[in-house]
Amino acid sequence: MDATRRGIQTEIVLAATDLDRLLLALKETGYRVYGPTVEDQAIVYGELDTAADLPRGWTDEQDGGIYRLKKRDDAAFFGFAVGPHSWKKYLFPPEVKLWSAHAKAKGFEIEEETANPQKMAFLGVRACELAALGIQDRVFLQGSFVDPVYRSRRDGLFVVAVNCSVAGGTCFCVSMNTGPKAESGFDLSLTEVLKNGDHYFLVSAGSEPGREMLARLPQRPAETEHRQSAAAVVENTAAHMGRTLNTEGLPSLLAGNLDHPRWDEVAKRCLTCANCTMVCPTCFCSTVEDVTDLSGDHAERWRKWDSCFTMEFSYIAQGSLRSSARSRYRQWMTHKLSTWHDQFGSSGCVGCGRCITWCPEGIDITEEAKAIREAPQKTGGKP
Amino acid sequence: MNPVNPMLPEVFKIRRSAQNTEDVFTLELERKNGGGAGFPFKPGQFNMLYVFGVGEVPISISGDPTRPHSLVHTTRAVGTVTRTLCQLKPGDEMGVRGPFGTSWPVEEAEGNDIVIVTGGIGLAPLRPALYQMFARRERYGKIYLLYGARSPGDLLYMDEVGLWQHQYRIETRVTVDAARRDWKGNVGVVTHLVGKISIDPVHTMAFICGPEIMMRFTRVELTRIGVSPDRTFISMERNMKCAVGFCGHCQYGPHFICKDGPVFRFDRIQNIFGRREI
Ligand SMILES: Cc1cc2nc3c(=O)[nH]c(=O)nc-3n(C[C@H](O)[C@H](O)[C@H](O)COP(=O)(O)OP(=O)(O)OC[C@H]3O[C@@H](n4cnc5c(N)ncnc54)[C@H](O)[C@@H]3O)c2cc1C
Ligand code: SF4
Ligand code: SF4
Repeated sequence: MDATRRGIQTEIVLAATDLDRLLLALKETGYRVYGPTVEDQAIVYGELDTAADLPRGWTDEQDGGIYRLKKRDDAAFFGFAVGPHSWKKYLFPPEVKLWSAHAKAKGFEIEEETANPQKMAFLGVRACELAALGIQDRVFLQGSFVDPVYRSRRDGLFVVAVNCSVAGGTCFCVSMNTGPKAESGFDLSLTEVLKNGDHYFLVSAGSEPGREMLARLPQRPAETEHRQSAAAVVENTAAHMGRTLNTEGLPSLLAGNLDHPRWDEVAKRCLTCANCTMVCPTCFCSTVEDVTDLSGDHAERWRKWDSCFTMEFSYIAQGSLRSSARSRYRQWMTHKLSTWHDQFGSSGCVGCGRCITWCPEGIDITEEAKAIREAPQKTGGKP
Repeated sequence: MNPVNPMLPEVFKIRRSAQNTEDVFTLELERKNGGGAGFPFKPGQFNMLYVFGVGEVPISISGDPTRPHSLVHTTRAVGTVTRTLCQLKPGDEMGVRGPFGTSWPVEEAEGNDIVIVTGGIGLAPLRPALYQMFARRERYGKIYLLYGARSPGDLLYMDEVGLWQHQYRIETRVTVDAARRDWKGNVGVVTHLVGKISIDPVHTMAFICGPEIMMRFTRVELTRIGVSPDRTFISMERNMKCAVGFCGHCQYGPHFICKDGPVFRFDRIQNIFGRREI
C-alpha cells in the first residue's frame, strides 16, 4: 500500500516481447538466472541466457508414467506444467562437499567447505513449487539446526513466480491448497495472458526487491481488464486439475491403516526405483559418503540425495529395518501425507504430480490414498 | 559443537583406551585444542564419531556427566567404522560432533524407585544416568540394575558394578543367556528378572536400553508389576547420517530418533513400537 502511495507500481503490464528485459534486469543486478528450458525431450531447469531459452510454444502431456512434449498452436512462454526437475537441486544440491580432512604429522585437521555461490534468480516458479520451497525452508532453516549449505544458497534468492495457465494431467495443487496462483513467497509473479491477439504478462511485486526490479521494466499500467483476464487464466487452470485428493482427516486415516492390504497391492507394482523421491520437490533425505585419495592423506565428506526406497536407507548393524517394498512405499507415502504434519506442521505433498508422472509403473499417490479411504481397516495398536 | 555448521566435526585426541570385552572398547577423549570447557552433556545423549578416512557413526556417551572434563565412549566393534574406531590408540585423533538428542529424565525421577533394565552394550548409554544419580544418591529410593549379556565374557564394567552395589546401595541382578558351569550367577533372559524385584510401582521410573525385542518384553513384565508406560523410558537405535534432523534416515513414524530421541517416554511411541518395518 505504502509503495503505491509513494507512486511506485506494484502491478504492471509487460509486453511478451519485453520478457527479455526482465532477464536482462536480473542479470544486471548480479543474479544468475535459472528457469525452464527444453532438453532431452523434457522441460527441465537450467541456466537461462535470454528469453529464447524458454520452452516457448511447447506444452507437455502428462499422466501416470507418461510424459510427452507437444507443440502448442500459440507462442506461449509458460504453456506447460512442471517437469522432472525441481528447484531443490539448486538449494539442496544433489551432491555437495561438506568438508575435507588432511592428515598431519600427528593426527589430522578438518577444513570447512566455504563455497559462496553467486546470487540466483529462479524464473518460472509455480505456486506448488513455492509451497515446496517453504516446506524445505522449514526443514533446513527453521528447526533447532540450520543447514549452512541451504542457507548460503537460499539467502538472497530472487523468485519470479508464474501463475499456471495449464493444469498438467497429474496436477492436484487445488486439493493441496497450494495453487495454481502464487499468493506469497515471491519477489515477482507473472501471469501470462494470450487474448485477442494480445500477448502480455501481468506482473506483481511481492517484496521490496521485487518492486525495485519492477521499476526497471518497460511497462504499461495494469488496468481492471488486465487483472480480470489474468484471474480468468488462473480460474481456468484451477477448474482443470488432472487429479484430486481428499485431504480431510488424511493424516490420521493413514496412521490408523498401517496394516491395510492396499500396501501389499501397491508393493506388487512398486519397483523401489526411487524415481518418485528424486523428482519430488519436498523430499529432503540425504546420505553422506567419505572419499579418500590414493595416498590416504586426504579425505572428503560429501552429502548426496538419498531415498527411503533403498534397502541401505534403514540399515543398522542387524540388517535393513525396511526390507520389504511394502514397508518402503508405506514409509514414503505416510511420511508425505501423514507424519509430515507431526514433524513440520503441514503436508509434505504440494500436489505437483511429479511422482505420478515419473513413476515407471504409474503408481498414483492420490489413487492409493483414495483406496485406503474407501475401505479403511480398523487396525488397533497390535503389531 | 560448531554453532554455525553442525555437520563439521571437531578434532579430539585419545587420552586412554581400554578393552572391556572381546569386542567392546572404551575410549577417553580430550579436545585437541585444549579448551578447558570440557564436554558437558546429559545422560543418554550421543555423539557422531568420525574415524579419519573411514566414516562416522552415532555412539552414546558413556562417561560421567558430573565430570565433563573427559569424554568417554564405549563401542562394540560390529562393522567398518566401529572396528577401526576400536583400534585407535592413545595419542590418535578422531572427529566428534555433538552432543545430540534427548536424555534420561534423571532429575524428574528424583523421589522415585528406579529400575534400569539393559542388555549388552545397552549399559553404556545408561552408565551416565547411574553416575548422575550416585552424585545425589539420597534423592532416590531403591535403584535396581537388571543387566543381561550373551555370556559372562560379554558383561561390561563388572568391576565397577560390584563397587556400585556396596558404595551406592544398588540392587544389581546380572544374568547371561548361556554360560559354562563355573558361572555362579543367573542364566536366562534379563526380562525374567523384572518380576522378582520389589518396588513401589506408582513411584517408580524405569529406564530401558537394549535390543528392541528385549525392550518389548521388558515392557510386558513392567506392566505386570504395575509400572505404567508414561513412567518408562527407552532408548531407540536407527540409522543416522547427520544427527540434526536433515538426513531423514532415523525417522520412526512421526519422530526423528536423532532429535526427538534417542530417549523416548514409552507412551509417546507405544502405538508404533514393536510393529514390523516402521
Ligand atoms: C543414538 C545411537 C547411539 C548408539 N550408541 C552406541 C554405543 O554407545 N555403543 C555402540 O557400540 N554402538 C552404539 N550405537 C550403534 C552404532 O552406531 C552402530 O553399531 C554403528 O553405526 C555401526 O557402524 P559400522 O560402520 O561399524 O557398521 P557397519 O555394519 O559396517 O555399517 C556400515 C554403515 O551403516 C551405517 N550404520 C550401521 N548401523 C548403524 C546404526 N545403528 N546407526 C547408524 N548408522 C548405522 C553406518 O553409516 C555405517 O558406516 C548407537 C546407535 C545410535 C543410533
Ligand atoms: S508427493 Fe508427488 S505430488 Fe506430492 S509434492 Fe511430491 S512429487 Fe509432488
Ligand atoms: S512408487 Fe514408482 S517411482 Fe516410486 S519407487 Fe515405486 S516404482 Fe519407483
